[in-house]
Amino acid sequence: MTILDKSITEIKKHPPQDVIEECYEQIEKWAKKTNAFITLIPKEVSAKKAKSATGPLAGVPFVMKDSYLTSNIRTTAGSSILASYISQYDATVYKKLISAGAILIGKMNMDAWGHGASTENTDFGPAKNPWDLTRVSGGSSGGPAIALATRTAAFAIGEDTGGSIRNPSAWCNLTGLKVTYGRVSRYGCIAYASSLDTVGPMAKTAEDCALVLEHIAGKDQYDATSSEAVVPQYSKELNKPVREVTLGWSDELLVDLDSEIAKPLVAARQKFVELGMKIKKISLPLLKYGVPLYYILAPSETSSNLARYDNVRFGSTRDKFTPESERRIMIGTHALSAGYYDAYYKRAQKIRTLFINNYQKALDQCDAIIMPVNPTIPPKIGELLDKPINNMIADYFTGTINLAGLPSLSLPCGFSKDNLPVGMQLVGQMFSEDLLLRIGHQYQQSTDWHRQKPKI
Amino acid sequence: MAKKTNHSEKLSKAEVSHIAKLANLHIDPKRFDELINQFEETVSFVDQLQEVDISNVPSTSQVTGQVNVFREDKIDLSRTLSQKEALRNSPRSHNGYFVVPKILDK
Repeated sequence: MTILDKSITEIKKHPPQDVIEECYEQIEKWAKKTNAFITLIPKEVSAKKAKSATGPLAGVPFVMKDSYLTSNIRTTAGSSILASYISQYDATVYKKLISAGAILIGKMNMDAWGHGASTENTDFGPAKNPWDLTRVSGGSSGGPAIALATRTAAFAIGEDTGGSIRNPSAWCNLTGLKVTYGRVSRYGCIAYASSLDTVGPMAKTAEDCALVLEHIAGKDQYDATSSEAVVPQYSKELNKPVREVTLGWSDELLVDLDSEIAKPLVAARQKFVELGMKIKKISLPLLKYGVPLYYILAPSETSSNLARYDNVRFGSTRDKFTPESERRIMIGTHALSAGYYDAYYKRAQKIRTLFINNYQKALDQCDAIIMPVNPTIPPKIGELLDKPINNMIADYFTGTINLAGLPSLSLPCGFSKDNLPVGMQLVGQMFSEDLLLRIGHQYQQSTDWHRQKPKI
Repeated sequence: MAKKTNHSEKLSKAEVSHIAKLANLHIDPKRFDELINQFEETVSFVDQLQEVDISNVPSTSQVTGQVNVFREDKIDLSRTLSQKEALRNSPRSHNGYFVVPKILDK
């Protein structure tokens, strides 16, 4: 077992220079093959920082999706429009982690502006899944997922608007947390769709996600949507009993679901029962409307957010958007335009209310809902490109959660017959991250899916 | 523009051009046909939403439950930028100002 196979708490016990040394050895082995990095911090810089780092995460190496502003390192959002953009200030999440002593190793490949579920819609070349280099890593936080799967960092910061943390976590065999909307400050995160965007941790385990979340959650005066809700000591609550927990299960989810995904999910449900949890049948009748709804609201918001990239204050000219981003901007513009606003955007906002009520009703009957993350195993590179509908279907089980603002923890739960990772998600009430992480941790104490890693 | 009743009806090239103009995108007219088809595919997919009954349902624009988040009306000097910093990423500036495209003709 190498150092970076271990938990953050264990990694911290090693001399920081050894940890950094191993990071860069792994980068040497994997980075070119997977195309995970957009900007790699030079080894000497990281080593020097690690040597003098202090704080609760002193010397712990991490990576971020390249959507977070860093005042001394470029931030591209995966787009050539921002290829040489260096922001004037730091994202709150970055600031918090640096003050805790963590060491930024790289800024990672992603679908441009978050527009995608495969890290192929990027101007920096498609990222490749380390479990099978001919397949996609998932997205849009594909680069961060690859960095963790290949053990080039201890944890990552992703960003999830419609599944962008959970989808690559599932396809690369990682644990990823989409937080409650407002749990973590979005200040300094390049916006995709502002009412859906969430900042969250990705790691090998629920335990590590809990530790990272403690350091990044909380009210930020620079993000008015960040919540005043007290930040629990997530990592201290992981071993509290789960025996009284009731998990919601909907048979509707299995209809038409790929058996490669369904089998591990059913096995996981059995595991939860063995751990003493109860299963309660619930219904999610509106689920099928999730993707259409998401694909009205997210493009509408992104068409507005991306209007600022007009080559005046920053960025290059607007002809550098990729076809996928152009499509999303155009669809959003259409949905918001005079004559169509009521039929599309306004209607979608109302259906969003029905969605929230739908989840509320389900969560009144249980503590968390078990759901698949991805409807399929990772597709081959190129399969999703220029196929708007296929791209959307990848978000089928994930995008719906962002509409309701709920937290969701993605956990490895098995492998396909071709040895590709499969994930599940646990969806809970607003601000129930402590419970989700606790269930996830105890599941991981009695399974070893999350310990598997790709072979070079 | 008049509201259409049949949303999945194909857009015309003129409509695509109009949307591109609103979005401030310069789309090569050669791509119009491709875009029209992809638009149609997407629009007919999202048109499932037309079957949902939304009578008497309020809209949701945000999920925080927070209302009127205020801050003190004080200048935060740690967040102010110098003129040089503010202009740093601008491709064109002049005498300390951003140069913007002309919007009025003589």
